[in-house]
Amino acid sequence: MENKPIVEIKNLYKSYRRGNQILTVLQDINLDIAGGEFMALMGPSGSGKTTLLNLIAGIDTADSGLIKVGGIDITDLSETELAHWRSSNIGFIFQFYNLIPVLTAFENVELPLTLTGLSKKERKEHARMALQIVNLADRMDHYPSQLSGGQQQRVAIARAVVTDPALLVADEPTGDLDRVSAKEILDLMERLVHELGKTIIMVTHDPRAAEMAHIIRHLDKGVLNATIQASH
Amino acid sequence: MQLFKLLIKNSFRHKLRTSLTVLGITIAILAFGLLRTVVSAWYAGVEASSSARLITRNSISLIFFLPLSYKEKIRQIPGVKNISYSYWFGGIYISEKNFIPNFAVDAKTVFELWPEFVLSEKQKNDFMHDRKACVAGRKVAEKYGWKTGDTITLKGTIFPGNWDFILRGIYRGAFKSTDETQFFFHWDYLNESLKKTDPNRANQVGWYVVEVKRPDLAAEVGAEIDKTFKNSLAETITETEKAFQLGFVSMTEAIIIAVRIVSFVVIVIIMAVMANTMAMTARERIGEYAIMKTLGFGGWYIAGLIFGESFFIASMGCALGILATFPAAKAFGDAMSTYFPVFNVQRQTIYMDIAATFIVGLVAGVFPAWRAVKLRIADGLRRIG
Repeated sequence: MENKPIVEIKNLYKSYRRGNQILTVLQDINLDIAGGEFMALMGPSGSGKTTLLNLIAGIDTADSGLIKVGGIDITDLSETELAHWRSSNIGFIFQFYNLIPVLTAFENVELPLTLTGLSKKERKEHARMALQIVNLADRMDHYPSQLSGGQQQRVAIARAVVTDPALLVADEPTGDLDRVSAKEILDLMERLVHELGKTIIMVTHDPRAAEMAHIIRHLDKGVLNATIQASH
Repeated sequence: MQLFKLLIKNSFRHKLRTSLTVLGITIAILAFGLLRTVVSAWYAGVEASSSARLITRNSISLIFFLPLSYKEKIRQIPGVKNISYSYWFGGIYISEKNFIPNFAVDAKTVFELWPEFVLSEKQKNDFMHDRKACVAGRKVAEKYGWKTGDTITLKGTIFPGNWDFILRGIYRGAFKSTDETQFFFHWDYLNESLKKTDPNRANQVGWYVVEVKRPDLAAEVGAEIDKTFKNSLAETITETEKAFQLGFVSMTEAIIIAVRIVSFVVIVIIMAVMANTMAMTARERIGEYAIMKTLGFGGWYIAGLIFGESFFIASMGCALGILATFPAAKAFGDAMSTYFPVFNVQRQTIYMDIAATFIVGLVAGVFPAWRAVKLRIADGLRRIG
């Protein structure tokens, strides 16, 4: 069954200015990502992977081109509209987990829900459920410093899914983890795709991590290469 | 509520830094409060002045006297309700360091003109019927351990010799602002002595205190008194008690201005310290602010967190500073009662403490909050890792 694209990118360009120099980071990117897909984005350092991820997630702005996510052209949104859009449509998973150190696992997961209209009781239920999904219900009162790297990343995933976004973006989610923990995180991400129908775009350097994805795309010097279907 | 919890937790993330900043603000608010109280104490006499009392003195200077004969002439002026008179005695109790403001007064009228000096009827009666009697304020009596019936000897400076008085009453102030350090005795006692030893100085008074029927008559009555004695040997200047007191204060205006400036400098210094704390705090958390923005929190939300933390730290210091001001002011006031007979922390000083704290919190938070609002998420995320 062919899913409708959740992400549509047309003729996307992005460049940065360094002093007098203009560095083109992304050139004429065209990309469709179907709903429920797990896509890995690979490429050497400086190839523009994170920039592309940031543009799709609405945390950076393109020079030109079109980015539609869930049918909304996010290049047309103001900064405030983008912030509001991100809070309900995108889940973020970072390499270094980026949890707030003074909040417990539970409070970290609950944090994005404060931007929603949910009652306190509903927020607590959602946060508890998200922690159950990542198998960390028994660690909800622990602070990030009391958790291992893998556990912290699972808390970060719970935070990413707690608002029930359709799209998750992950920037090197296993880059700071040992092999065992990395495998657990990738299995968990695969579960999110299969069981909860999430779409995941994952930037990675790690070929083993990329193998878990359905589709692998390569970026090289800002140019997107042909699609590779994963072997499994 | 979650964000309030976050800002509280953030405030204690670096316990030592926060504690030192709070301590700094506490000391600054304490210093500010004490300095403002010194300024208030300077004006205590002015504040305690009655708008219904006028002071008539020699137009040349306060050190020149007025004839006692003026008393009845002044009493005849329309609008005058009551009249009393005083004389600065300038006596020393044991040694010069024991400064007590002491006055020869008209015993019959002194407590009518100054109802804020509260004395029991019995003590008032005892004072009235004993020519060698004196009355002292509660604070001065406590300071020197005086009890009614004690003999107190003052060494005269303007009027040489040892002067013995019997303490017949200890007055207390009707208000917090009433001076309880004064010492009164019979003008008659002094005058009788002067008649024998220095007749030229007898039957003279230092100044008259005139009570008007209504405060709005003060200017009119004052002008009439001065007109009455125009072209006499002792011309007069009549002014309200407040203006009279302000005349003394204005002699030391430079000191008051210096104290005021120092009090504000203290606040400016702590503002810089607090701003430094908040700048360091925000710089360390740039990555976290980027994460929060990524999650959908707007720039102003994060600015609110920064301002909240800034106000919270400043408020803790302010609360402790205000709490410390009262016992410190009491100790300072007790130690300096000779110079500051009324040393009370005014409500206005507390309001100024709170206003200063608000400004410190606001100014300290402005730059970090502005940076957080302007922060590009991608730039902030690059700082992590």
